[in-house]
Amino acid sequence: MLDVVDTVRPIRLALLGAPNCGKTSLFNALTGGRAKVANYPGVTVEYRKSEFLTSAGDKVELLDLPGVYGDCGHSMDERVAIEAISGKIDGEQVPDGLIVMMDASHINTHLHNVLQAKNYGLPMVLVLNMMDMAARDGIEINVAKLEEEIGVPVISCVAVRASARAHLNDYLSKWVPELNAGTTKAPANEPSNLKDLQKKARAIATESVTQSKGRETQSDAIDRFVLHPVLGPIILALILFFMFQAVYSWSGPFMDGIEWLFGQASDLVGSTMPDNWFRSLITDGVIAGVGAVLVFIPQIVILFAFILLLEASGYMARAAFLVDTLMAKIGLNGRAFIPLLSSFACAIPGIMAARSIESERDRLTTVLIAPLMTCSARWPVYFLVIGAFIPAQKVGLFNLQGIVAFGLVLAGVVFALIAAFIFKKTLLKGGNSTLLLELPSYKAPVFKDYIRGLWDRAMIFVTRAGRIILPASIIIWFLVRYPTREHGLEGTFAGMLGRVLEPIFAPIGFTLEMVISLIPAMAAREVAVSSLGTIYALEEDMPDGVLEGIIAANWSVATGLAFLAWFVFAPQCLSTLAVMKKETHGWKWPVFAFTYLFFLAYIAAGATFWIAKAAGL
Amino acid sequence: MTLSELKTGKPAQIIGFETVNQSLETRLREIGFAEGDRVEVRHVGLFGRNPMSVRLNGTHIALRRAEAVAVIVELVN
Repeated sequence: MLDVVDTVRPIRLALLGAPNCGKTSLFNALTGGRAKVANYPGVTVEYRKSEFLTSAGDKVELLDLPGVYGDCGHSMDERVAIEAISGKIDGEQVPDGLIVMMDASHINTHLHNVLQAKNYGLPMVLVLNMMDMAARDGIEINVAKLEEEIGVPVISCVAVRASARAHLNDYLSKWVPELNAGTTKAPANEPSNLKDLQKKARAIATESVTQSKGRETQSDAIDRFVLHPVLGPIILALILFFMFQAVYSWSGPFMDGIEWLFGQASDLVGSTMPDNWFRSLITDGVIAGVGAVLVFIPQIVILFAFILLLEASGYMARAAFLVDTLMAKIGLNGRAFIPLLSSFACAIPGIMAARSIESERDRLTTVLIAPLMTCSARWPVYFLVIGAFIPAQKVGLFNLQGIVAFGLVLAGVVFALIAAFIFKKTLLKGGNSTLLLELPSYKAPVFKDYIRGLWDRAMIFVTRAGRIILPASIIIWFLVRYPTREHGLEGTFAGMLGRVLEPIFAPIGFTLEMVISLIPAMAAREVAVSSLGTIYALEEDMPDGVLEGIIAANWSVATGLAFLAWFVFAPQCLSTLAVMKKETHGWKWPVFAFTYLFFLAYIAAGATFWIAKAAGL
Repeated sequence: MTLSELKTGKPAQIIGFETVNQSLETRLREIGFAEGDRVEVRHVGLFGRNPMSVRLNGTHIALRRAEAVAVIVELVN
């Protein structure tokens, strides 16, 4: 019986290797990129898993693990990778075999990690990736010799090129049936002492690799500028500034197109359906609410086009290097830059990515300040209010709206740094952090992987619109329409609720509509925009869903600016608080984060409101 | 001499590690630092030469001076 079951289940292979060695490219190439992103039970480190067929037709389940150098597991995500291989994670079995990957150019530095992997006692194969780049940099590898010396099959490969993956495909179609039959043997054990491993690895590398010395690679030439002590930070600032300019300058026509589409949809429903509650639900609730958020897709896509490009090209690690001094001042290190940067998409992956930080205190500090990075859910609010109050004029070469957006992002970063500094001096004193970060060679992103990444980001935004914003829009529509609209907002459920909260927010200049929009924005921050869309759609005759004009007419500039200041901190986001609870194992830290962010938001919005009012705005 | 004292652009060889913190040595070794390896400081930060990026064999690694102190090197010609 057991034998039958064994032959039916797919062979489980795990991809193991150092960060930046190309695991994800190979994973995408082998599986077609359709991966399930899942979490290990009990922990929230993400892993990707997908099935594919070898050219001989055998089914393989491939597991992509976080990048690791050794087997010590210094940080949480390294520990997860190692535990997954050792079968120490509930619900996950030990893989049947390992595909160990190494960047061929780094054979001199990383071969000991490959030898170490033999000690897991699993059948394994070594894939030497990026053989083309190694050849270009004058590195010649005698693959047969290497195979003989380390005692496991070695396959040369260029993961991103189909023709250069042929060897690997051939090998897999031969290897998988062997794994199935259980005829493959685990490789011989290696010394467990790192120093001995390194000695052996260096000796093997000397015998099987010839390297023409002293050549300046392209990466070296680029780094002369990018890592220059003075030019480097200037280039980084320019890149970030250009990114925010582009988000505004390039998105206009696309946004007009989407607005036009929703306007047409609204008109169509308006002219074909009888004027009843259901028509109101569709036009004022669904179309006005969801449309108000979806119109920002072009800006989100442009923003991510830049972030993904910086990631894929290898620049991100340089950015971490450049900001390390600054991070050191606040008691963190450059490594925290990467989780913080992902928080610009959403604080949730950022908070989870903080697991790569070794020191627990540094990790907690990073988790606490991650919500201050301007996540994509805040962009719709910024875009809306900036569009309503900041004229689209040029200041010298720059777009004024882009400058304001950049300023808001910067404000978030500055307050995050101050908060981190205070936390590290008080609550989370101590903890030693190391930088130790590999700077990968620059490479042009693989077009297919890049587009897929961009598509995934856009779809996350769109599905949020469906899963969270659509139901929230319908609920808010109900709350702002019933029981009666005879006295405008006053008589509705939302009006009653808003009245209770209004005294809290009136001193900082928030209108009743704004207070109401903040309540459902607990589900997702951009719901504030869809709620305003619905509230004003019911309140006045909104032509073609142009929320921007209505806000410009209804709010004072001081109020608009105060709303922007509030959203720099925006404590309200239930999913962020939930993931914080999970990652810090309790309510203590999420409650603390909500409290400190709420007070900062309140003080900042109030200060902005009163200063702007005093200035006569 | 320690790696943190090495001048930019001067090739050197690692001769050992000296640290009270065993886990730092492990981390340095795992990422690829080993006795006999060639290192060269390539770039340093503006303030206090911190952090520094070094070329180690064919790899580039960014580290802080506090970490570089643990790597003992000697100049090669």
